[in-house]
Amino acid sequence: METKEKLTNIINSNEVCLFMKGVPEAPQCGFSMTVSKILKHLNINFKGVNVLEDENLRQGIKELSDWPTIPQLYIKGEFVGGCDIIKEMFESGELKKLLETKKII
Amino acid sequence: MALSIKEIKKLITDLMPDATIEIKDLVGDNNHYSAKITSKIFNGKSKIEQHKLVYKSLQGKMGNELHALSITTEGT
Repeated sequence: METKEKLTNIINSNEVCLFMKGVPEAPQCGFSMTVSKILKHLNINFKGVNVLEDENLRQGIKELSDWPTIPQLYIKGEFVGGCDIIKEMFESGELKKLLETKKII
Repeated sequence: MALSIKEIKKLITDLMPDATIEIKDLVGDNNHYSAKITSKIFNGKSKIEQHKLVYKSLQGKMGNELHALSITTEGT
């Protein structure tokens, strides 16, 4: 399967999807750990996709989102941001609001 | 190869001449920074668009020569 198609499939079949380094149980980068912790704190069920396992996915997601860094959070098919944005949105309460609007919580 | 604070500032200022930039070297290794950038260019733009502009100013160095730069942006 083409990388782009594979990524679109993952994004569309998981309401909350985090492209990260490592897995939610054992993140391998501080930024991925931060976002993973925030989602866990909010009791969100999410799919963690370890980009370190597949270089094509790692490059592909950067191109798809037009975003050069990992982690990347998708909620209901929409790219929401990387670590800095998610952290800011969490602290301001905006993330929770978004999750409520999208009927995740 | 790592980037110095001076180089990062220059790259950002080239694209946003009015920007106020505060950069901290978080661990003193020229590789993990945080930057607070204020510019009128951010006015009316979403956070994603604002951060994309910063990444654009870094000309593909983000995630390559520049390993970690945490960004906070603000309009004026």
